[in-house]
Amino acid sequence: MAGTFSLRIVSPEGNLLKEDVEFVVLPGGMGELGILPNHAPLIAGLDVGVIRYTRSGSTKHAAIAGGFVEVVDNQAIVLADTAELGEAIDLKRAMEAKERAMKRLAARTNEIDVRRAEYALRRAIARISASGDKK
Amino acid sequence: MAGVRDIRRRIRSVRNMQQITKAMKMVSAAKLRKAQQKLGAARPYANQLQGVLERLAQAPGDTVHPLLVKRPVQKVVYVLITSDRGLCGGYNANLIRMTAGLIAETPQEVKLVTVGRRGRDFFRRGKTEFLAEFVALGDEPSYNQAKEIAQEVVRLYEQGEADEVYLMYTEFVSAITQRPTQVKLLPIEKPEGKQSKQYIFEPSPDEILASLLPKYVETQIFRSILEGKASEQGARMTAMSSATDNAKDMIDRLSLAMNRARQAAITKEISEIVGGAAALE
Repeated sequence: MAGTFSLRIVSPEGNLLKEDVEFVVLPGGMGELGILPNHAPLIAGLDVGVIRYTRSGSTKHAAIAGGFVEVVDNQAIVLADTAELGEAIDLKRAMEAKERAMKRLAARTNEIDVRRAEYALRRAIARISASGDKK
Repeated sequence: MAGVRDIRRRIRSVRNMQQITKAMKMVSAAKLRKAQQKLGAARPYANQLQGVLERLAQAPGDTVHPLLVKRPVQKVVYVLITSDRGLCGGYNANLIRMTAGLIAETPQEVKLVTVGRRGRDFFRRGKTEFLAEFVALGDEPSYNQAKEIAQEVVRLYEQGEADEVYLMYTEFVSAITQRPTQVKLLPIEKPEGKQSKQYIFEPSPDEILASLLPKYVETQIFRSILEGKASEQGARMTAMSSATDNAKDMIDRLSLAMNRARQAAITKEISEIVGGAAALE
């Protein structure tokens, strides 16, 4: 057992999570980033996606819409644009958001709308895959 | 001397107003608590972002990002954050006065971006040009609203519409004290920090910086909007509290005057009756 380190997720709307974890997987800008205790100091950009964190054998999820992570002194601090814990995600709403984004993508109007819809779609997919955690 | 009936009518109308100001005071007290909470919630993110920026600034390699570059200043933009609604004491007036003073002192060309109806309505009468206006943010502004404003400001800066951008907002000190504040938003001052640990950057420091700086602007704007909201509610609470007190004083004074008038009327009637009786004898 390599021990634990502290994981914090903060967004402009408030603190979302502060927990001691054994292992975290983050959606890095260039692929997934796995963080174990005593990681070297790191600053990385994060993409839209799912954070998975493991504590005594059980894995939980959180969806984020991009941001940054700083790992230093056995602390990982995620700065998320927006973030939601898996247990708090409303699956139905996420599904609806996905449907809406797909419809808008199919309509293909101008470039900005398409970019926005793609972003919304990726966020919805991240939320769908992060949902379903038990309390 | 006003008649008893007139005074009574005035007392009634003052009492009605007092009820309104009292209700507004209590509503803004509740909203103030909420606004303060949001302000507190935004702080850890802002501090951490600032920290990451400091760490990035020390990264090897000379990072040249457009938002960091100082240009010769020809055009200045003030982003003025006021409230949508009035009845909040000197909250808007103080900030607007300070902004108008600064505009008059600035030798360069000055333009405005206004957030909130009050600031817009005031400067619309002047000759300062507007580049953008945002109104109706509501009582609980969201980060997305701040993001929208930030994107517009960054766009103006990148297109050369502004060489310097200042944020004008009201800093929330306490429920009774709010301070009009000016903060330089762009170009971003590269923070000085002591060399600390050797960080791994992924992707490169430059790329992280490029996505972080706009976010830094967003956070700054978001924070000043939240500060402004808390200040607005604080100012309104104080203003409404003293209005309620004043109404009470006024009612007291009017009641006194009314009693005196009634007394005088009664005395007059009695002396008339007595006088009439005396005349018959």
